Amino acid sequence: MAEDTSRVLIADDNKVNRLLLSRSVELLGHGVSLAENGRITLERLRTEPFDLLLLDIEMPELDGFAVLEQLKADPRLREVPVIVTSSVEGVDNIVRCINLGAEDYLRKPVNQVLLKARIGASLEKKRLRDQQKALVRRFVTSEVAEDLLQSGFALGGKRLCASVLISDIRGFTALVESQGPEETIDLLNNYHMLMFDAIGSHGGMVNQIIGDGLVALFGAPLSLDDYAGSAVAAGLEMLDLIEQFNHERSAVNKSAIRIGIGVATGDVVAGYIGTQQRATYTCIGDTVNLAARLEAHTKVAGCGFLIDDATQRALGGSVPIQSLGEVPFKGKAAAVEIFSVMAGQLHRQT
Amino acid sequence: MDESVIDRAVYAELQDTTGAEFVAELVDTFIEEGPGMLAELRAARAEGNAERFRRAVHSLKSNGRAFGAVKLAALAREFELKGLDADPTRDVAGLAALEAEYARAAAELKALRNG
Repeated sequence: MAEDTSRVLIADDNKVNRLLLSRSVELLGHGVSLAENGRITLERLRTEPFDLLLLDIEMPELDGFAVLEQLKADPRLREVPVIVTSSVEGVDNIVRCINLGAEDYLRKPVNQVLLKARIGASLEKKRLRDQQKALVRRFVTSEVAEDLLQSGFALGGKRLCASVLISDIRGFTALVESQGPEETIDLLNNYHMLMFDAIGSHGGMVNQIIGDGLVALFGAPLSLDDYAGSAVAAGLEMLDLIEQFNHERSAVNKSAIRIGIGVATGDVVAGYIGTQQRATYTCIGDTVNLAARLEAHTKVAGCGFLIDDATQRALGGSVPIQSLGEVPFKGKAAAVEIFSVMAGQLHRQT
Repeated sequence: MDESVIDRAVYAELQDTTGAEFVAELVDTFIEEGPGMLAELRAARAEGNAERFRRAVHSLKSNGRAFGAVKLAALAREFELKGLDADPTRDVAGLAALEAEYARAAAELKALRNG
């Protein structure tokens, strides 16, 4: 039961009130912590997780209104549900609490039956909100979830400079045909877990998963200082992890997998596309197309990791690369100079 | 015992919902804290600090209501709504009445606590 583990913070400057509320809440089966003024209340909320705050209004140092104002302004705390428990006079004060984000108002002395109902409702709402957030985070990245929480949802994009990394597994179709579907899903899950880890640890975000293919962005939606360098470092780590993964697979007599990676850097248009009902955060533009072409070209070039000129210039010689000359790509008017990242030497470089 | 000092129904409900043993401890706490709250009230009056005065009288009101000390809560509420008088001498009688009612409520609660 969620209720058994719920933690309630009680903020009240009066000792009798604190003891009484604390007893009432404990009798409902919740864990209780106490704070005797507004300042301590905020300190505790910032250092420990709480599921609910029971807040008095008349308090020294920082009163309940000021606490509500600060909670509202703090993205990390604004979702903590607050029930104001007070005997403050005047309807306008109650309205003020609600306007400042309090979920409910209970007049002191607090009726035990009402307290139970209000706490139950608040905790249930919080549980549903947490569940929804967890669900959102499963389908979009935490960066997109954060962006949505901060800026709200609006269709449309903005132009920004970023690096796009595209990868996929070589010979995946043949691999799928040679094994059962369960084994393929298992392989993909393990593979994605490793790749997500490599991408995430360098500040990138996986934007799309298409079977065995991944599209990751560096520098969008959240800005990143060295997006090109981070994308290349992530690519190198991906190759390194695949090598370790293959080592484990060979120990159980499974075939090695190989991946191809393409990274391109430049202008992209990133934002939400779709309809008001169903939309996705995506990234479009020449840079994305070029990354896809580079990834596809790894098969032709016989190497694992190709980057474009903008990416190699941003690296400034920090990673060993080799020019493979100019290649005419479909959709590109002029031939494009491409570079192979020397993955074999990555251990000495990173 | 004077039943007009503590509303027995409120006190009994408090015992029902939180337990007689707990209420006995709560009464002890109130009796310990009470003089401090009254001193705070006097100090705020002497200092002319309306904010501090309102907070102290608000606490008394809230505790009075919790125990069913109806008169105490009503006197405290009057002060809370009225605030400090511009002329300090005019608050003297009111404060004395409040202190006297607190003493009666504390004595009554003590008697109820001891059963």
